[in-house]
Amino acid sequence: MSAHGETVGRPSSARRAKDLAFRLALLACLAVAIGLLGILLVDAVLDGAGALDWDFINSFTSITADKAGIQAALWGTIWLMGVCALFIIPVGVATAIYLEEYADETRWWNRVIELNIQNLAAVPSIVYGILGLAFLVRGPLNLGQVVLAGGLTLGLLVLPMVIIAGREALRAVPSSIREGSMALGATQWQTIWRQVLPAAVPGIATGVILALSRAIGETAPLIVIGAATVIFANPTGLGSDFTAMPIQIFDWISRASNDINDYRPLAAAGILVLILLLLAMNGVAIWLRNRYEQKW
Amino acid sequence: MEAAATTIRLQGRRRHGELAVRLLLGLAALVSLLTTVGIVYALLEETVVFFGEVGAHDYLFGTKWTPLFEPASFGVLPLVAGTLATSAIAMLVAVPLGLGAAIYLSEYARPRVRKTVKPILELLAGIPTIVFGYFALTFFTPEILRAFFNLDVGIFNALAAGIIIGFLTIPIVASISEDAMRSVPQSLREGAFGLGASKLQVTMRVVFPAALSGIVASVVLAMSRAVGETMVVVIAGGLQPQWGADVGKSMETLTAFIASTAKGDVPTGSIEYKTLFAVGTTLFVITFVLNMFSIRFVRKYRQVYE
Repeated sequence: MSAHGETVGRPSSARRAKDLAFRLALLACLAVAIGLLGILLVDAVLDGAGALDWDFINSFTSITADKAGIQAALWGTIWLMGVCALFIIPVGVATAIYLEEYADETRWWNRVIELNIQNLAAVPSIVYGILGLAFLVRGPLNLGQVVLAGGLTLGLLVLPMVIIAGREALRAVPSSIREGSMALGATQWQTIWRQVLPAAVPGIATGVILALSRAIGETAPLIVIGAATVIFANPTGLGSDFTAMPIQIFDWISRASNDINDYRPLAAAGILVLILLLLAMNGVAIWLRNRYEQKW
Repeated sequence: MEAAATTIRLQGRRRHGELAVRLLLGLAALVSLLTTVGIVYALLEETVVFFGEVGAHDYLFGTKWTPLFEPASFGVLPLVAGTLATSAIAMLVAVPLGLGAAIYLSEYARPRVRKTVKPILELLAGIPTIVFGYFALTFFTPEILRAFFNLDVGIFNALAAGIIIGFLTIPIVASISEDAMRSVPQSLREGAFGLGASKLQVTMRVVFPAALSGIVASVVLAMSRAVGETMVVVIAGGLQPQWGADVGKSMETLTAFIASTAKGDVPTGSIEYKTLFAVGTTLFVITFVLNMFSIRFVRKYRQVYE
């Protein structure tokens, strides 16, 4: 009777212990990953909070650490993000519409475009820097190390993210809406422009913000195309020299600290500004998703 | 008869605006294709010139990397060793932790827990890598490796860089694997439970194997990401090439060489400039092969269950 109960009724205690141990191990994995994120954030706050004040936001960099600030880098980043957004929104959305609404997937060239985008999403960011250096900064376009070249390099880097997010947003719009519109006599483009695209805007906007929040922290491509590290003016146009927040932070990290100048708090304070901007952008993305998410 | 004629007339009518829009959208789609063409062209153009000056054999099999000093030597293997070492360490961290997190989120966590934890993992994925580099250099090496584990490591070392890259690739492993495991049909789990399997058995012997192609895809993609990661190795991994496997010391990687050499002031046409592109090509080829593997495996699991 008892043997019967053991084998069929409920699992043996050894088996239960094993299940529990496994479950705890899984939880530990998650805890370690999230714990490191926590330590990283706390460490940045402890190192940088002291240096983070209005003067830091409002000053240019300086050879004396006490007086150095992030103004030029902050404005450089804002300019870069503007150029990047103006590039990725039209090109990314148009590509997403083409692939989702027009492309015939049985054609080999459309499959190549799709495979290509998947691969581009995983090409190391530094390779985009090489592309920018060879084609935008020098070579055929020969723009020099300016805002336009930096913004376009970052734009090419995050374009696949916008395309992938845009396609998902378009795919989520039910085909009954398209069919209804077509049945009333609208052309395909009228259907897309007046019905499908407006319904997909929240998803697309979320994708664009996430793409920009990836671009804002990218350092390696900007190093390769030769963004300035020490600059005492904000950009005034697309043709201005520029620095950017991650570049400025990298510069401070690379400077050897000594008794007179300690650059670590500056780097950490720069990191805090960057993370705060990122959190704000992610917050907007999450809000957009929750506010306008439609269940069809 | 009347109706048929109308249909024919409608089909026959050309709408030039529609055609123009279609063409414009197709042109936008070409931008991404041109990006790849541009990358390949930019890399190959200078790489071919490079191999005209440095023998391919010397480059691919040489074990001494001193391109910027006299006597210059262009053996890329030390950089490859650095990249392999940091990526391997990263995978030792990311694979168990990422898979553990994925299994928990897919099989054990309640929906509410999953809804809270996933955005946190996304946040981990969204933090700029320069922040991880700063953390590796100023906290992880001195406080954890040296003080806590009492290891005799240099300020710049491949171990810290590898471990931290591992942490930043955890979200890649976790999110794709979780996706793959959740797309395993519920009926498979119920069948196994019905045969008397425990939760652990169902998870490890039914769900895990069924999701294997997605899991492999996630690991390969994370590997590609680790190989291409730049800022962590530049900041915390050091810039001394090493032909060996002493991970407690500096090991320069392919990416670290590119970032430290290209600071915008390398003259076009100089040997440094060409070397950048040769190393870039090496990096691109490695990650391209990894990406193609990963894309294939993702397609496989999507085909099976969706």
